[in-house]
Amino acid sequence: MANNSHNYVQLKTIDELLERDKIRESDGFPRKIRLGRIIKPGKAGKDKIIVVPTTIEEKFYHDQIHYKPEDSSKQAGDGKGDPISGGTGDEEEGEILGEIPIHYEGESEGGAGKGDGEGHNVTANTYDLGKILTEKFKLPNLKDKGKKKTFKRMVYDLTDKNRGFGQVLDKKASLKRIIQTNRALDRMPDLSDIDTEDFIIDPRDLVYRILSREKEYESQALVFFIRDYSASMYGNATEIVTSQHLMIYSWLTYQYSKQVESRFILHDDTAKEVPDFYTYYNLSIAGGTYVASAYKLVNEIVKKENLSKDYNIYIFHGTDGDDSEAVGTEALNELKTMVSYANRIGITVVNSSYRKSKSTVQKYMEDSQLLASHRNLIHLSTINDNADEQHIIEGLKELIAES
Amino acid sequence: MNIISQHVKGIMEECKKHATDAGLKFDDESLEYIVTNQDMLELSPKHMIPTLYDYWVQDVETLIAKGNYKLYPSNPYETVINTRPAVSFYNDNNPDWLNVMIFYHVLGHIDMFQNNTFFKHTWNDDFLGKARADKRLVNRLRSEHGRWVDYVIEFTRGIDNITGYYRELSFFNQGLESVYSDRLNYYFDIFLQNIKHVPHHEYLKNMEKYNEYIKNNRELGESLFFSEIKTQYPEFESLFDQSGTEPGKNPKDLMEYLLYNSPFLNRDENMWMKSVIHIVRDTSLYFEPQRRTQILNEGWASFWHERLFLNDKRIAGHEVDFAKVHAKVTSLQRVGLNPYAIGMRLFEYIEIIAAKGSHSYEFQKTYNIERRKQFNKKNQKATDFLFKVREEHCDFTLINTYLDQDFVNRYKLFTVERRLNEQRRSWEYIVKSRKSKDYRQMLTDTLWHPPNIIVDEEKTDEGKLYLYHVDEEKPLVSEYINNTMIGIEYLWGGEVNLETSDIYLEAGKEEKPKVIKERKLYTMKNTKLRIRTL
Repeated sequence: MANNSHNYVQLKTIDELLERDKIRESDGFPRKIRLGRIIKPGKAGKDKIIVVPTTIEEKFYHDQIHYKPEDSSKQAGDGKGDPISGGTGDEEEGEILGEIPIHYEGESEGGAGKGDGEGHNVTANTYDLGKILTEKFKLPNLKDKGKKKTFKRMVYDLTDKNRGFGQVLDKKASLKRIIQTNRALDRMPDLSDIDTEDFIIDPRDLVYRILSREKEYESQALVFFIRDYSASMYGNATEIVTSQHLMIYSWLTYQYSKQVESRFILHDDTAKEVPDFYTYYNLSIAGGTYVASAYKLVNEIVKKENLSKDYNIYIFHGTDGDDSEAVGTEALNELKTMVSYANRIGITVVNSSYRKSKSTVQKYMEDSQLLASHRNLIHLSTINDNADEQHIIEGLKELIAES
Repeated sequence: MNIISQHVKGIMEECKKHATDAGLKFDDESLEYIVTNQDMLELSPKHMIPTLYDYWVQDVETLIAKGNYKLYPSNPYETVINTRPAVSFYNDNNPDWLNVMIFYHVLGHIDMFQNNTFFKHTWNDDFLGKARADKRLVNRLRSEHGRWVDYVIEFTRGIDNITGYYRELSFFNQGLESVYSDRLNYYFDIFLQNIKHVPHHEYLKNMEKYNEYIKNNRELGESLFFSEIKTQYPEFESLFDQSGTEPGKNPKDLMEYLLYNSPFLNRDENMWMKSVIHIVRDTSLYFEPQRRTQILNEGWASFWHERLFLNDKRIAGHEVDFAKVHAKVTSLQRVGLNPYAIGMRLFEYIEIIAAKGSHSYEFQKTYNIERRKQFNKKNQKATDFLFKVREEHCDFTLINTYLDQDFVNRYKLFTVERRLNEQRRSWEYIVKSRKSKDYRQMLTDTLWHPPNIIVDEEKTDEGKLYLYHVDEEKPLVSEYINNTMIGIEYLWGGEVNLETSDIYLEAGKEEKPKVIKERKLYTMKNTKLRIRTL
């Protein structure tokens, strides 16, 4: 056993596992592999996402007693109020130990990981996911529209370091060098009484920033992700929208060879732009729903920054279909502006499983003729709030299909 | 994977000596290997058994573990597997003092594996060797039957948590001691009582008669006795033959039932599947005791690594280092459950009450609180009592025997409830209860407790299998029923029925929701599931 260190696992790749899963279907058994992701949130776009296959080994297991699905509003609480864990300390019964925001849950699982480290960042892995989605789930490849080519832009920036001469002195780096030199010469002063005049300074100890040419790749695609984060989106609906948007983002990243920019917009009855996927993914605040507010914000951003000139613009919106504006006059107006510049507008309506009639958004969209007159531009997809990965991908295909 | 160096082995051998002196008991031989974190990731889906049969779900789990490791690197200290000789895996980069502590911990585990009665069925096995043979067999079958081997593994694993573990274990416990023949047991335990329903005096008369025969002729007494029975009850012999003392007549669980009775598995061309099912079943049974003794096992190992290391001169100079590592492993969490922490404190507590003698009946019938406080028998052999506890208990019995109010008070424990604060959009964590009863219940709910699902042989006929879920006020996870039953249908080769309860809450006007229970029959036929209310 001592010598055969690595032959106890013949690891299959995601591709092989998916291939096997396809054969299952032809053998008459349901598919079992789903694409999962592990997200380690970080601020300012430093989220790390790793794409992994997941599967469940179904067995007869005991479950907790839940509320009936119709009573799902109750499920926001915690079942019967059963204890969820143990603890230790001096508090009396009934005292509050602490609180955490609702959407924080789960992300701290897996142990306290610290540090930034090298390795996989969100782009590398979303690229992989996009590749898998395109190849395995047969998402369409984008047609080259021919009007915009990738081009490199050269810029000059003070990024390189140079010893001895340069444009701006990097004081911190220089001081480090000076200390290293003096330490090597055994000339370190008494720490409580430092006289900087005594340091010997080698001219090469001075570190400068120097202007250098940098290649900058122009992004071709710009994606607006709009998510309804009103109170009614609690639970699965939000999960589905964020899953689907992550997939779209991955798919576009792959299609445009990683040169995708994205903007994130959240709305309830007012809309706001948030800086990164982390916030986009996590924020949840109770409020009403006013769809037009979000569309209006997108239009304003595009106009103000003159984005339509330089980018292929994609807009994806996920909502549960509630809107305080019953006929959607304003939302439709904003959409009409949008179709003048967008390459694709995809709206996902997550239907709650106990809703009987069509949602407001779906209704006014279908009434408006906009879907028919701009069949190439606006796609609407509805999905149930208990949908699994397969359905989410089906919905995704609807959104991005060429028609 | 490399064996540890002679130097490190020397450290281990010295630890063994100290541990044995303290009263731990284990085989002399053990094997220690150095592995990388990467190796550990790949081994954990295989329960750390390098020779376990391959199965694609393990690959999925490994990919997940590797993904997780990229984001959240971690450094496990050790893993022990229960086999003969005991094998343990270590990280490469431990300093000597830490190895001393880890080895004590490992020896605690080995002592538990080799003495706790719940592991009895594993005591004679070189599981690594057995698994290797199984793995070869699976690989050979795979070369003949391709992916269908994996389907059989999958479907068997779908029911490998409802094994007849306790029946298996009781067989081991009585096996040797049973001095009476099956025929005799059947006659007195089943035939007379359950079939003939003889009155009490008749039963005693039979017993007297039997004793008489034995007294007159020790060797032939029993057969003479039964030749008389034959004239009295001519049907006895044939009933006994069908009674289930022969293999397959009295299966211990669903898997065994299928092995003997499934028309599909017993077709010539499907015989190979039986070996696969045996392998999956044996593997699952092998790990049953580990699932049921986590608190006990980790508590015991932590208890001993602390005690032995503190009395070991090799700790000199590393007291603070030890305190740090030890605290990380065994501190009670502010909110959360740590089996190491609870287990270790339970053993400390049991030692205290054993010394005081307060686990006795005499103490329990003392109600005066002052007298309870003063109660002290000054028992010198408290540690001996600990060894008995580690021998006889599993997590469930340990918690329910020793986790009392004094324990909860001593360590300031409470249960925690989570409550939604609508305004702040946050979860609040609240001290729910400091009662030992609640704490015990909360712990008990976290323990391994598979549903009790048995074959109802009376309702099983004409190719229709009837499974009966014994109601314990717990519903099954409903999303999993469909696929699990598809698997059973495949192995059975026909319609499968499952009788179980749907239990859910209904919000009423009262503060407490109402619990609604409905008996349901799930029927799986041609991979389509139908549900009807009984």
